[in-house]
Amino acid sequence: MFTMGIDIGSSSSKVVILEDGVNIIAGEVIQIGTGSTGPKRVLDEALSKAGLTLQDMAKIIATGYGRSSVEEAHKQISEISCQAKGVFFLVPSAKIIIDIGGQDVKAIRLDSKGGVKQFFMNDKCAAGTGRFLDVMSRVLEVNLDEMAEYDSRATEPATVSSTCTVFAESEVISQLSNGVAKENIIAGVHQSVASKACGLAYRCGVEEDIVMCGGVAKDLGVVRAISKELKKPVIVAPNPQITAALGAAIFAFEEVIGANK
Amino acid sequence: MTDTTNMMAKELLGFYQEELYEEARRAKKEGKLVCWSASVAPSELCVTMDIAMIYPETHAAGIGARKGALDMLEVADEKGYNLDTCSYARVNLGYMELLKEEALTGKTPEKLEKTPAARIPLPDLLITCNNICNTLLKWYENLAVELNIPLIIIDVPFNHTMPIPQYAKDYIAEQFKDAITQLEEICGKKFDYDKFLKVQEQTQRSVAQWNRVASLSSHKPSPLNCFDLFNYMALIVCARSKDYAEITFKKFADELEENLKNGIYAFKGSEQKRVTWEGIAVWPHLGHTFKGLKNLGNIMTGSAYPGLWNLSYTPGDMSSMAEAYTRIYINTCLDNKVKVLSDIISGGKCDGVVYHQNRSCKLMSFLNVETADMLQKENGLPYVSFDGDQTDPRNFAPAQFDTRVQALDEMMKQKEGVSNE
Ligand code: SF4
Repeated sequence: MFTMGIDIGSSSSKVVILEDGVNIIAGEVIQIGTGSTGPKRVLDEALSKAGLTLQDMAKIIATGYGRSSVEEAHKQISEISCQAKGVFFLVPSAKIIIDIGGQDVKAIRLDSKGGVKQFFMNDKCAAGTGRFLDVMSRVLEVNLDEMAEYDSRATEPATVSSTCTVFAESEVISQLSNGVAKENIIAGVHQSVASKACGLAYRCGVEEDIVMCGGVAKDLGVVRAISKELKKPVIVAPNPQITAALGAAIFAFEEVIGANK
Repeated sequence: MTDTTNMMAKELLGFYQEELYEEARRAKKEGKLVCWSASVAPSELCVTMDIAMIYPETHAAGIGARKGALDMLEVADEKGYNLDTCSYARVNLGYMELLKEEALTGKTPEKLEKTPAARIPLPDLLITCNNICNTLLKWYENLAVELNIPLIIIDVPFNHTMPIPQYAKDYIAEQFKDAITQLEEICGKKFDYDKFLKVQEQTQRSVAQWNRVASLSSHKPSPLNCFDLFNYMALIVCARSKDYAEITFKKFADELEENLKNGIYAFKGSEQKRVTWEGIAVWPHLGHTFKGLKNLGNIMTGSAYPGLWNLSYTPGDMSSMAEAYTRIYINTCLDNKVKVLSDIISGGKCDGVVYHQNRSCKLMSFLNVETADMLQKENGLPYVSFDGDQTDPRNFAPAQFDTRVQALDEMMKQKEGVSNE
């Protein structure tokens, strides 16, 4: 039996096709999100990769910021529950999830069965999100996927505000014009993202294992900064961008099984 | 005189709200005094003196709910009022500026012309109280300076410990007496203590009916969605010292009890989960927040905010009245706030809590983090908080609200079987 999870975020679209609730037979990502061609394209890509059609899906669940605009879905579940589900499946020892996406930062505390015990999210502010890193990458003229490497060469991380993206941007610009090395600025940017995420994680109560997911988890500079701040190791979920879509596909599977019981 | 005997509660609500505004406009025309008052300042004093009353917070909420807040906020912004100031204050100060401009130039500014809420007259005097926040002090001081009119301030100190000490009640009772003296000077007539007693008794009858309505959300399923309290609240604020409030709430409570008897509940279909909403409504997005919960099968059966007007006291006893005006939960320490909310949550048989992190109301919002934490330790119920604002529509993001309440719904359902009964 096949089930599908579709996660439409603010800046990327993800689809997971799951066989019998355990085998991931497709997990696709397209780096544009809700309102774009991303959702349709990623759906087509996943289906063609799996050699399946929509009719083969026993159930489809959508999640993410754009979840209510996915016509193919039978149901919507919040990304909080889906992240918890997906991450727990991949890392059953997970207690705290730190998820940083395009416009959200969240910390989720899991119960022993992988359910959501508590979660905290950023308020109406882009600081500490993927968008924040996008802005910084543009100002610094360093690609997002090179940021971690720059960070690893830093000697003295610069201070970058974690309360407002616009403030932080002007801080970074003035540091650049003062000749501060990009390596140090980038390490500062990563620290700023980490401090925002860790603030939320502390409210959940920090307990190992701590697992990171979401698009920003691919930036190892952020992962290192979070680990340093929490003084604990941080596990990056395998294929961290698709964990919520995976969770949605697992929910879909469980619902089909539950209904057939 | 309009015959109100056959009106439903909802019609009465609309009728009396309009009537109150009309009375104020009429008073102004006839050269009688109009007072603008803070929502939890003692209405008994001015009503005894036959002064027509306007409550700017309620008026601002009405402008917000009718999607007219932005115009007023822009005026306030142009006048230099900071965006961090409470949006009730900004909407009202913006409105006042337009009224003042009209009075000075004889021309009605366009924004005032097209504002969707009821027209209110400029005040001749002001009365405020700091039992709900200190923003009100500066807001009313500004009104007084801009309009060059008298301002009566009733100081109601914060209660850092409970129960409320006698000296605090004595002090507030003295403040009441001082306010009466000021009113006598402004009105040029003696305060009628016999009438005052009658007004106090009326206030108590209104409050009793209000409490009767609020208590109905304890039924499961509930005949009352507390979102309705947000609407009916207008009369407990603006007309508690008149029979308008008593008549309307009595009718509403009768209707709800009748519904309950006939198995008619507030949630069409069957209510699934019950939530407490902590904080003021998001007026410009009231429909969205209501539907957001409703579409998930959830009903609001707990809200501490309308309880601010549970002002029961013994008529004729100033100290008892002082106690009523000072014990409201946002004028008390964190421990008491938690206790009040805890009772609301268990009274409403709630499964979770939604906290409104209201950019306007610092006092109500800044304590939420700690409050939520303490309550969860006590009752183990899931909660979420969302960013919003009571009347500045720019401070609320519908999608963010939706995600949070959906996640709350999922957490409540995950806890199925361990509900707070
Ligand atoms: S909303 Fe809060 S800050 Fe504004 S007047 Fe009311 S109590 Fe004061």
